[in-house]
Amino acid sequence: MKKWLGKFKTLTLLGLLTIVLAGCGKENLTALAPKGGSADTSLYLIILTTTVMSLVFLAVVIPFVIVLLRFRKKKGDADFIPEQVEGNQKLETIWTIIPIILVVIMAVPTVLATFELADDADASEHININVTGNQYWWHFDYEDEEIATSQDMYIPVDTKVYVHLITSDVLHSFWVPTLAGKLDVNPENVNTMFMDAQEEGVYYGKCAELCGPSHSLMDFKVVAVSEDDFDTWVTDMQDFDSEELELDAIATEGQELFDSKSCLSCHATDNQEYQAGSLPIGPDLTSFADRSRFAGILLPTEENLVDWIVDPETIKPGNKMTGAYDVTEEEAEKIAHYLMQLSPSDVTADSVDQEK
Amino acid sequence: MSITATGKRSFGAFLWDYLTTVDHKKIAFLYLAGGGFFFILGGLEALVIRIQLIVPENDFVSAGFYNEMITMHGTTMIFLAGMPLLIGLMNFAMPLQIGARDVAFPFLNSLGFWLFMFGGTLLNLSFLLGGAPDSGWTSYASLALQSPGHGVDFYILGLQIAGAGTLMGGINFIATIVTMRAPGMTYMRMPLFTWSTLITSVLILFAFPALTINLFLLMFDRMFDTAFFNVALGGNTIIYQHLFWIFGHPEVYILILPLFGLFSEIFSTFSKKRLFGYTAMVFATMLIAFLGFMVWAHHMFTVGLGPVANSIFAVGTMAIAVPTGIKIFNWLATMWGGQVTINSAMLWALGFIPSFTIGGMTGVMLGSSVADYQYHDTYFVVAHFHYVIVGGTIFGIFAGLHYWWPKMFGKVLNDALGKLTFWLFFIGFHMTFFIQHFLGLMGMPRRYWVFLEDQGLDMGNMISTIGAFFMTAGALVFLYNIVYTAIKEEKASADPWDGRTLEWSIPSPPPFYNFEQLPLVRGLDAFWLEKMEGDGTMPAGEPLQDVHMPNGSFLPFLMSLGFFVAGFGFIYQTDNSLWYLALYGGMAFAIGCMVVRSIKDDHGFYIPKEELQKVLDREAK
Amino acid sequence: MSYDPSLYPEVMPAEPEKATLEGKNKFFGLWFFLGGETVLFASLFGTYLALKDSTAGGPSGEEIFGLGLVFFMTMLLLTSSLTSVYAMYHMRNNDFKKMMLWLGITGLLGVGFLTAEIYEFAHYITEYGFTFQSSAFGSAFFALVSFHGGHVVFGIAWLITLMMRNAKRGLNLYNAPKFNTFSLYWHFVDVIWVFVFTVVYLMGKVG
Repeated sequence: MKKWLGKFKTLTLLGLLTIVLAGCGKENLTALAPKGGSADTSLYLIILTTTVMSLVFLAVVIPFVIVLLRFRKKKGDADFIPEQVEGNQKLETIWTIIPIILVVIMAVPTVLATFELADDADASEHININVTGNQYWWHFDYEDEEIATSQDMYIPVDTKVYVHLITSDVLHSFWVPTLAGKLDVNPENVNTMFMDAQEEGVYYGKCAELCGPSHSLMDFKVVAVSEDDFDTWVTDMQDFDSEELELDAIATEGQELFDSKSCLSCHATDNQEYQAGSLPIGPDLTSFADRSRFAGILLPTEENLVDWIVDPETIKPGNKMTGAYDVTEEEAEKIAHYLMQLSPSDVTADSVDQEK
Repeated sequence: MSITATGKRSFGAFLWDYLTTVDHKKIAFLYLAGGGFFFILGGLEALVIRIQLIVPENDFVSAGFYNEMITMHGTTMIFLAGMPLLIGLMNFAMPLQIGARDVAFPFLNSLGFWLFMFGGTLLNLSFLLGGAPDSGWTSYASLALQSPGHGVDFYILGLQIAGAGTLMGGINFIATIVTMRAPGMTYMRMPLFTWSTLITSVLILFAFPALTINLFLLMFDRMFDTAFFNVALGGNTIIYQHLFWIFGHPEVYILILPLFGLFSEIFSTFSKKRLFGYTAMVFATMLIAFLGFMVWAHHMFTVGLGPVANSIFAVGTMAIAVPTGIKIFNWLATMWGGQVTINSAMLWALGFIPSFTIGGMTGVMLGSSVADYQYHDTYFVVAHFHYVIVGGTIFGIFAGLHYWWPKMFGKVLNDALGKLTFWLFFIGFHMTFFIQHFLGLMGMPRRYWVFLEDQGLDMGNMISTIGAFFMTAGALVFLYNIVYTAIKEEKASADPWDGRTLEWSIPSPPPFYNFEQLPLVRGLDAFWLEKMEGDGTMPAGEPLQDVHMPNGSFLPFLMSLGFFVAGFGFIYQTDNSLWYLALYGGMAFAIGCMVVRSIKDDHGFYIPKEELQKVLDREAK
Repeated sequence: MSYDPSLYPEVMPAEPEKATLEGKNKFFGLWFFLGGETVLFASLFGTYLALKDSTAGGPSGEEIFGLGLVFFMTMLLLTSSLTSVYAMYHMRNNDFKKMMLWLGITGLLGVGFLTAEIYEFAHYITEYGFTFQSSAFGSAFFALVSFHGGHVVFGIAWLITLMMRNAKRGLNLYNAPKFNTFSLYWHFVDVIWVFVFTVVYLMGKVG
């Protein structure tokens, strides 16, 4: 498997070059410039099948154009009755056999790759993340490390990471185009796949199965960091205790409001109290201030956060937070100010972007 | 009823005639009108979708309404526009092509149409009654179960009623082709369009019951708290996906196979050549239909069925490319060496070849399961199925309408306007959908209400939306052409294209009994054969005798109305048990009509042979 | 006027059900319809097989099924298939009275089957609290078996309509195909029951 991957690497790169030149897609979102082994394999098959199929297209279009040029009835042509040909065994055999060969050429690598990507025998040797899809946010539970995040999934580069997917409500589909193909998030069974980022960076993730009004806003990020940074991040997360935060007056008020408005009944802010393996009702906010986006889509500024808290329905129609509480804009500002303090680690999406 | 009755009739008489008709040609017109209406509706929904996506983070429509739009666009185009238009064409042409006077079950034919019309109406009334279905045309169980309001209930009942009509149509066509072929019309002399009608009907027969059951299960889960898809009680939503695609994949072949037949006729007619490799074409069609039942799970590669299932379905899917390839090359070979006349009907057929080939290419590419992990549920898939359904089905329907219009209405559609329609639509089509292949791979999933700023998707979406307006313009020109032709064009001859099959041997438009005497068929391309080797008219296959014809009936309309009312009963009984009255009342009424139908003998009527003789004498002059 | 088959019952041909075009159409049409019905039941069987172990803590098939009653029901339905064959035999011999007699017996056996089925369902509901809302297994079981039961109900209603309508007019080429299509349908319903018996009850109890 690896051998033919290598052979086609040059071809892939060449293909990529043209694509990048044509400006096809945003870096770390497009599937056309993969940075993960799994997405590489997909792209290899995309290129292989496209090449074979383009040959077929030519084989159709060239005779088609010749027919149009040679056999079109032009003005002034006399009517005639062409020879009524029944068929031609030899020709018909040729255009049956050749497609069969082409199908085999495409089918064999497809089957090999299907089995390769489905192999999860070595999962226990790698980091395992339990992913839960919810309308319209993602939860990432690092069971072995006893930490959890929502919306931003941190992974180390250059190693496999296994994700185990399940949904708490309706079907979703977990897709990080640049790292790997998608896999459905079903209610009745856990689906497993691996991702392996080859470069540090922040990768765009999308939901790819219609899940309600805000389906198109159910974005998340995969933050790929070096293994050292990843270890730091895990330790920071484990050590974080929101009770020990040194808060200014506004933030303290915010924290009290966060409590009194019963935000806590849905949102965890603290890994110390967080029961790994169980699911929060709303996104886990432990590392909230480190998020690359708020609510999956908003730039992480305090103003955006206030807007979100005051009127989530406009920003994400159909979300479950709407109407669950009652806050004034002033209160929202305080809560926002408090939430902006929840930053357990220096390893963040920002820090990865800046390093690059 | 007299065959010589002509002249103006009152509108009331006209309306009553169409409400009660069992004539396959009139039912065909009803199907074309109904399907055409829903096609316009579905087109408007498509425009709303494209306008919403013209710029990033647009707020032209709300998220909820957008989901209603995508659901109704898909559902309408497939069930209420594509299939009825096809059934309309099949209803019109197939009996003429096999030399029959009507279909096997004229009453059922009418019932099938009215069920479709009432089902479609029911579904669309949801817009006025608190919101349309919003879970996608697939209406996958988990989201559809959770969808608030009655939208999804309208989807279930509307499709259930319309689907029953389609199933009846399928049975009817098969029985017609099996028992009512004219003398000498053996299976291997049937025109390709008739062949594909037969095979499509078999697909309908074996595919639709799976949908019926699936909708039934969904309905009971939503309305009566059963647990088929309720995971908490052991239910399983994957079953819904399997049943849906066991129906859904054959469904796409139902949408394309009739057009494969139609294009075969058009290429052959306008190249003045016999179809190349007729036998291979017939068997390729059968093979496609057969394989079509074996590959449903390629819609489910990302569900997590495991590598064994994914591999089997991947290879099966790619295998379909072989018979499809045979067809495309046989069409090219049909034109090769012929005298290719390019008019509007032929233009649609010619435009079909490169367009559908692209759709087929991407189909094979999607069959490669690991590549599909990237394509699945993105705009790549949207592009793919529009390339096959628009580039195949819609191009084919336009081709068929231009081709048979003179036979249906006695006038050839204006050719210049026809060509303008084609070019506007063709350019718009490629502009709209080609770029979507790339949008998908660049990270745009399908069914997205908005795409975010600064994600490299702006330009592609803008181009796509502009293309949609070109297609709209094309469709408008076609509507104008219908009016223009009706007013301005001259009456067409019985055989304006120098046709090859039986329908061109009778007057345009045909008399309601089609053939005074059933024709004797002496070979493939029966009419062409008589032009080349005979005297240019069809020899009679039976002595002149009284012709038996069925009576019209108002019962199909009433029965469908009963089911329509019962549908409302089902939908609203969850709110108020008074609605059970509508449920039981509607059902009782429909079943009552059925009982009346079976108790009242209906022997039809006879056209005396003397009258037919008069017609023959007049034609001889 | 030309030859109108419905007016001359005394010249009944050997296969009256297929002697006219209408008759032939009905014959083929019903066969195709049954083809569709096969897929209908196949979908239900598939659903049942997928969900039969999903009892969600409720009763399982092994606990509640009693083979005795179901075997009796199977016998009733199989016998009714046989009696409908007798009816068709007499139809071909143009013996209207005997045909009606055997059709009547067929109908009675069908009613017997239905009574037993209703008793069976009532037993599950009252004794075990097992309904179509209990679990996915319950939903799938009741869907499959009542769909079949619904077909029996429809068949009996069809038969009654046919027999009442034609009681006084005897056999002719217009109604012979109608009796024949009913008989075909009835056989189909029986065959489905054999599968229900095997897949649901036998495999549920033994397998």
